[in-house]
Amino acid sequence: MFVRGLKRKCLDGEEDIEGTLAGIKAIPSYNLQRQSLLDMSLVKLQLCHMLVEPNLCRSVLIANTVRQIQEEMTQDGTWQMINTQNTGQASLDRLVSTDILCRSSSEQAEGKHVPGYGTFSKDFEGDQGQGSSETMSTASSVQAPRNLQSNVWEMENPQESKGNFQKSLDQIFETLENKSPNSVEDLFSEVDNSYYDLDTVLTGMMSNTKMGHCDGLETFSSPTNTASNSNCKSDLNELDHIVEILVES
Amino acid sequence: GFGSLMQDVLWCFSQVKGTIDIGVTEADIISTVEFNHTGELLATGDKGGRVVIFQREQESKNQPHRRGEYNVYSTFQSHEPEFDYLKSLEIEEKINKIRWLPQQNAAYFLLSTNDKTVKLWKVSERDKRPEGYNLKDEDGRLRDPSMITMLRVPVLRPMDLMVEATPRRVFANAHTYHINSISVNSDYETYMSADDLRINLWNFEITNQSFNIVDIKPANMEELTEVITAAEFHPHHCNTFVYSSSKGTIRLCDMRTAALCDRHAKFFEEPEDPSNRSFFSEIISSISDVKFSHSGRYIMTRDYLTVKVWDLNMENRPIETYQVHDYLRSKLCSLYENDCIFDKFECVWNGSDSVIMTGSYNNFFRMFDRNTKRDVTLEASRENSKPRAILKPRKVCVGGKRRKDEISVDSLDFSKKILHTAWHPSENIIAVAATNNLYIFQDKVN
Repeated sequence: MFVRGLKRKCLDGEEDIEGTLAGIKAIPSYNLQRQSLLDMSLVKLQLCHMLVEPNLCRSVLIANTVRQIQEEMTQDGTWQMINTQNTGQASLDRLVSTDILCRSSSEQAEGKHVPGYGTFSKDFEGDQGQGSSETMSTASSVQAPRNLQSNVWEMENPQESKGNFQKSLDQIFETLENKSPNSVEDLFSEVDNSYYDLDTVLTGMMSNTKMGHCDGLETFSSPTNTASNSNCKSDLNELDHIVEILVES
Repeated sequence: GFGSLMQDVLWCFSQVKGTIDIGVTEADIISTVEFNHTGELLATGDKGGRVVIFQREQESKNQPHRRGEYNVYSTFQSHEPEFDYLKSLEIEEKINKIRWLPQQNAAYFLLSTNDKTVKLWKVSERDKRPEGYNLKDEDGRLRDPSMITMLRVPVLRPMDLMVEATPRRVFANAHTYHINSISVNSDYETYMSADDLRINLWNFEITNQSFNIVDIKPANMEELTEVITAAEFHPHHCNTFVYSSSKGTIRLCDMRTAALCDRHAKFFEEPEDPSNRSFFSEIISSISDVKFSHSGRYIMTRDYLTVKVWDLNMENRPIETYQVHDYLRSKLCSLYENDCIFDKFECVWNGSDSVIMTGSYNNFFRMFDRNTKRDVTLEASRENSKPRAILKPRKVCVGGKRRKDEISVDSLDFSKKILHTAWHPSENIIAVAATNNLYIFQDKVN
C-alpha cells in the first residue's frame, strides 16, 4: 500500500531483490513500506499542532510506532544514520529541537538551514550540495528519513551510528519537557520558572508550532503556503538571534 | 420481551434530531450521549459546549403504537471556549462526557466535562411564580414606599413550565492533561475524573480540592509510552474502579488498599497474537472505552477493531471477542495516514447485559447478542427515516462479487463515524449520534 508523494522511480542499487522485483511489479518492498511509515510518523509527530493542545494519546502511539520501526531497522542492520552529535553541542541541540517544531513544511522540504546550529552530516551536505558545515541535528531527523531512502538505494555504510535517531526522538520529547538547566532556561531566566514546569511545557511547547496541515507526507513533500506559519517564522527569527548571541559569546 | 434473541428484535426508526444541512457546523457535532438512570431523560453534548436534554413524553393510551417520544426539555451552554494565556493554548469547549447523578429529589443533576473542567448542573422545573409583592410591582419595578397603603402576602401562582439549568459546582484546575472520562461513584457522594496520566477523586460538595488516586506520569517524560484512555467506577462497589490504557490493558484498583492506587489489584491483558503482529498492533490495541456491565461482573472494552468482554475473575484473556469491522485490518496503513486509526469508539451494554453495541464507519453501528452470538449491522441515515420504518441489516462486502445491497469496503465513508451511542437502561431504545444528528431507534412494537 503506497503512501502518496513517495513514489520512487529509481531502483538502482537496491539490494533487496524483492524490491527490484517489486519495482517491476510496482509493489513496494517491505523496507520501502516501513520507510514510508517511518516518514509519515515523524511528520505526524512534528506537524500536527494547532492552537489547541495536541492529543497526547495519539502522540504517544505514534512515537511508540516510530521506536518500533527504529528497533526493527536496527536489528535488520538497515539502519543508516548521520553521525552522532558530540556532547558539546548539547545546548544548541535543545534550541534546534524547538526550532524544528516551528519549521514550515516548505523549509523542511527545501532542506533550509539556519546558520549556527549543530553539526552537519556528510550525507546531508552531499545531498543538499551545501558548503555550510552547519545544520540542525534534529532537522536532520526529519531530513534523515529522506536521506535514508536515498541511502537505501545507494547502500551507504550501515555501520553508522543508530543512536542518533533515538536522540532525535528524545529531543522531540525534551522540547516538551525542558527539564534540565540549559541555555534555553538561561535565556528565559526572567520568565517565571513555573512556565517550565514539566506539565506546562509538555502541553505548552508543542503548541508553538501552529502548523496548519496534517496531511502526512503530502505536506512534507510539497511546498505549501506559509501563511499559517507566520508565528513560527517570528519564533524562528528570535531563535536565530539567540543562537547568534550564543555562538558569538 | 427484553433480552430477547436478536432475531426477534427488529429495530425501527423513531426520531432524528438535528439539521439536515449538507454543511455541518463543527459546533453542532455531537460529542457525547447519555440516558439518565430511568431513561426518562437523554442528554447530548456537542463540540460547541452545549448540552441538550430530551425528555420522554408520557405514553398516551390514545396512541399505543407510539412509544413515548423524546422532546427537547432543556438546552444550555455548559462550557465556553477558554484561552490559557500561560501556555498560549485554547481550551476547547467540546463536551467530552456527560454523566447523570441518580435522582434524589425533583431536580435532575448531571456532570459535564470538557478537557479541563467538570461542572455539576442542576436542571429543575419552575411552574409557579410568586405574585403580589409589596415593594415591587408586577413588572419588577420598585414601588415608592410612601405610596403603599396596605400590605399583602405574596402568593404562588401557576405559570408556564420553565426548565432552568444552573451550574451548582465547578471543579476546575485539577487536570494538566485532557479529561477523557468521568464516573459517578455508587456512594453518590464522590466521582472521579480521568485524564491522560492521572485520575482524581472528588467529593461533590468540595470544589477546591481533589484527591489524586492514580498517577502514571513518569518522572522523565521521555519515558512516556502509555496513557490512560478511559476509567469507570464499579456499579456497586464504591471502592473499586477500572482504567484502561493505550497499550490495551485494563487495571482494576481498590481504593481501600492505598491512597494512591498505582498498584493495581487486577491486571487484564490478552496475550498478543504473533501471527497478527504489525507496526499497527499497538495502536489498534489501544482501548478507547471501558464499561462495567450493569451486574458488575464483567467489563467491556473497545479497541479499534474489536469489542471484548472480560470476566472480572479472569485476567489473562477476555471471555468474548467480537469483530466490529475486521475488513479494515488490511487498510490500517491508509487509516493511519488519515488519522482514522485514532478514532475513539465507545461501546454500551443493554439493560440486561445480554446485548452490546458499538459504532463503526459509514454511519454503521453494530450489535452483538452475547447469548445467541448473532450480530447485526444497522445504519443511521436519513434514507431510513420514515416513522417506524424497520431498519434493514447492512452488510459490507470484503472482496469478490458484491451482492446487491452490499457495500464494498472502498465505498465506505470514513467521515461518517458513529463514535457515541447510548442504550436505555431498561427498554430497547437506543440513541445513536451521527455527526450532528441524533437518531433514536426503538424495537418494533407488535
